[in-house]
Amino acid sequence: MPDLLLELFSEEIPARMQAKAADDLRRMVTDKLVAEGLVYEGAKAFVTPRRLALTVHGIPARQPDLKTERKGPKIGAPDAAVQGFLKATGLKSLDEANIQRDPKGDFYIALIEKPGRATLDVLAELLPVIVRTFPWPKSMRWGERSAKPGALTWVRPLHSIIATFGIETEEPEVVKFAIDGIDAGQTTHGHRFMAPSAISVRRFDDYEAKLKAAKVVLDPQARKDIILADAKQLAFAQGFELVEDQVLLDEVSGLVEWPVVLMGSFDQEFLSIPGEVIRATIRNNQKCFVVSDPKTGKLTNKFILTANIEASDGGKAIIAGNERVIRARLSDAKFFYETDLKTKLEDRLPKFEQIIFHEKLGTQGERIKRIERLAAEIAPLVGADVEKTKRAAHLAKADLLTEVVGEFPELQGLMGKYYALAQGEDASVAAASEEHWKPQGPADRVPSDPVSIAVALADKIDTLVGFWAIDEKPTGSKDPYALRRAALGAIRLIVENTIRLPILKAAQSAIDGLPAKGAKYPAADVQKLPADLLSFFADRLKVQLRDQGARHDLVDAVFALGGQDDLLMVVRRVEALAKFLDTDDGKNLLAGTKRASNILSIEEKKDKRSFDGAPDAALYKLDEEKALAKAIDQVKSEAGSAVAKEDFAAAMRAMAKLRPAVDAFFDKVKVNDDEPKVRENRLKLLNEIRAATRAVADFSKIEG
Amino acid sequence: MKLPAIALIPRFPADTVPRAQNPLARPILPMDELPAHMRPERSFQGFILALQRFWAEQGCVILQPYDMEMGAGTFHPATTLRALGPRPWRAAYVQPSRRPKDGRYGENPNRMQHYYQYQVIMKPSPPDLQDLYLKSLAAIGLDSSLHDIRFVEDDWESPTLGAWGLGWECWCDGMEVSQFTYFQQVAGVECAPVAGELTYGLERLAMYVQGVDRVYDLNFNGREGADKVTYGDVFLQAEQEYSRHNFEYSDAEMLFKQFVMAEEACKKYLAAGWKNGGNQKEHLMALPAYDQCIKASHVFNLLDARGVISVTERASYIARVRDLAKACGEAWVHTEAGRAA
Repeated sequence: MPDLLLELFSEEIPARMQAKAADDLRRMVTDKLVAEGLVYEGAKAFVTPRRLALTVHGIPARQPDLKTERKGPKIGAPDAAVQGFLKATGLKSLDEANIQRDPKGDFYIALIEKPGRATLDVLAELLPVIVRTFPWPKSMRWGERSAKPGALTWVRPLHSIIATFGIETEEPEVVKFAIDGIDAGQTTHGHRFMAPSAISVRRFDDYEAKLKAAKVVLDPQARKDIILADAKQLAFAQGFELVEDQVLLDEVSGLVEWPVVLMGSFDQEFLSIPGEVIRATIRNNQKCFVVSDPKTGKLTNKFILTANIEASDGGKAIIAGNERVIRARLSDAKFFYETDLKTKLEDRLPKFEQIIFHEKLGTQGERIKRIERLAAEIAPLVGADVEKTKRAAHLAKADLLTEVVGEFPELQGLMGKYYALAQGEDASVAAASEEHWKPQGPADRVPSDPVSIAVALADKIDTLVGFWAIDEKPTGSKDPYALRRAALGAIRLIVENTIRLPILKAAQSAIDGLPAKGAKYPAADVQKLPADLLSFFADRLKVQLRDQGARHDLVDAVFALGGQDDLLMVVRRVEALAKFLDTDDGKNLLAGTKRASNILSIEEKKDKRSFDGAPDAALYKLDEEKALAKAIDQVKSEAGSAVAKEDFAAAMRAMAKLRPAVDAFFDKVKVNDDEPKVRENRLKLLNEIRAATRAVADFSKIEG
Repeated sequence: MKLPAIALIPRFPADTVPRAQNPLARPILPMDELPAHMRPERSFQGFILALQRFWAEQGCVILQPYDMEMGAGTFHPATTLRALGPRPWRAAYVQPSRRPKDGRYGENPNRMQHYYQYQVIMKPSPPDLQDLYLKSLAAIGLDSSLHDIRFVEDDWESPTLGAWGLGWECWCDGMEVSQFTYFQQVAGVECAPVAGELTYGLERLAMYVQGVDRVYDLNFNGREGADKVTYGDVFLQAEQEYSRHNFEYSDAEMLFKQFVMAEEACKKYLAAGWKNGGNQKEHLMALPAYDQCIKASHVFNLLDARGVISVTERASYIARVRDLAKACGEAWVHTEAGRAA
């Protein structure tokens, strides 16, 4: 079956847009083909800085014929209806129609055969639509035609289009269409500098091969492979190691059609700047890789660049040029770094009084003071030295105003650490500058130094409480202040460091520190805020457990007990409960408890009353009743004391003892006894089962 | 044969350099005999003249700098206003650019509060504008078979001009040497047709071609020995004086007044310029009004450098200049040169 080759040749496509554009092209073309009844065998899209290309193979040469029936008017219908029917169906006269018998009468039926069209024609129709509606993040007009409305827009000026269709053994045909003066054809161009002449191609195979001969590697993955392999090799040859960087590799591969990897170096003296600053300078500004020395694990004075040409001097001028630029950039970075070192971090703080954090939440200066106070309160709970914690919170944000962080925002925190160490701060205090931002996401490391933990928690809780107070909570996919991340970060800090922190109390304290109510601060309902925030934590915890493949319904079962604001204990309970519910005892007890709950809720509805209160031992008639009552008493006290000791596993083991009694009860005892008093007493006993299990969780909230 | 770091354009029979296979590397200019001191890699002025000559060959009118202080060549009415309206336009010129905040008292090797931009505007943007640009690089001595020239995404936006466009930073061996923009909107008006704009950072390019690391070391006149004049001879003292002025002594009170005066004058001229009492059909004073917009913009830059404008005020000043620019653009498209024939 025939194949399609499509190429859209343009001026340089931004690297960051290339991968999605290739995907979009493949999806749009194949979706439309399928919608036209043209099922294809396979498709693959490619992209370079100057071209988007697509091959779709195994497309039928024609669409299948379509047969449809169309019901017309009744026999003997008015002439207008008949004429309308003939016109709509294209029949010449009623003689061409069939007649269908129906309980309602006899109707004319038209059989319409729509012959499938040649795929070439279908393509000629759908390809221009795709080009005109292509979803570039930003597109533009250009040239003479841009004077008229409706001019073609593309990511950058589009120069030519290849569109051929045909089977392997024959000369393919050009899909005939034109967009804004560009006729689809079979001509493209090679590398901008090394092979700029026109190339005529027939199909994908010779297209890819001819491009390669014309110094264009069509496949982005192939370009990445080349760059990575060559870069590693260049570093290795000198006894060094490439510092791999996937994001940079993706970008660099989108800047070249013919990657040529070269190595340059810079003056040793720049190695006095922190490695991260060197890397940020070389990576962000120059899109080059850095190289480390495996013996020391530190950066060396080398960098790796990816040129787009095989230069006639072997790349000497290119390397020399890049070295000059990198030297200038590193001089700037070194200057920034050394300038920063001249000012103590605390001397930068007054400036924060002028910088608004959020118009309703005051300045950065006020926020830093809030974090200091909250961190000092949290410090004893996490085993951190209060004075060090205060100092750490005081300095943690100061690096935001340094030159280096201004230039490279991604180095925030890290630079704070370097500057704090340089001015002789305690190691824990310095580390907190970097660590208090963590964890930034589910994969990020959680700090373990108590000082960092205290500042990190204070920072996150202040953020959450603040935005809650001004009613800027996340909604749906919108979370502009990254509050979900903050909550998840707090959860991980608490759980992974086994910290006992009453969230409600901490939230209340954070609220107390917020700017005064009034014009500045139109607070949402402050009374409800801590509880509301706690349920947000519960939701984040559920999401986290679900992501870890754990049972998230148990979170609800634990939070339903009320008063649970110690996240560590919640997690412990959930873990113990999950383990218990995996055992036979657990499963059966859950089933028994649910059965008791179901019966109770039916009977409560019937009698319009609840069955609270202790059962009357004198009314027990059967041994199973007595045994259950005894088991409940025993379990209550055992589980209760285990929970008090926070030994949830023991509490679960105690629960397990309830199971045989519950099973036996349901086996032998008829709850709805004829004697009302006995019935009431048995219902009270069922209620006791429910009450006993609440020592560990609300079983009714557990799924299954 | 050892090749020099920067390929020379063989314009002189004495130093013939093997011509690269790439057609773009061929000299575009006739093989006349330029004296050594006029060659682009030898002198700053020769470098500028090579660009002037190249773009003149492409049919551009070679204009002189606009006689007002401005932050970039884009502000020149030959770009801002001429980019609007349907009439074809091709121009090229050097524009001294004033960025008061970038002054470094002459101590930074490449940051200055006054530098030169070379500006090319072609409306409608020709289909081979990229090729023309690459040929212009060849004309100033950058051989594309030897250097790594790249078009790296850079979306251009000028909040003060109410303008945006798409294009690239052009990189030569990792150094940004030009900006390349297809104007989509200028002064709040859609460009129809679209103009292509090229902006070359002249000092930076010349430093690269001359192989110097400090802008003040650029050879300005191409002579050697006692006759040599450097960029520093011409501009170092000015950088020191203006940095002092911009950061420490400029009269902020006067500048605040000047801003308001320019703003009011601009509005006044715009209002008075409508023919037949403001029927909004034909405007007769778009250019003088736009001068006041340029003035306001530069005064704002001076105030900004002086550090007397707060963060919140800053946005509102920018918006005020943009409003002027937009009103001027609106007036321009109702003038003889700005409207459809």
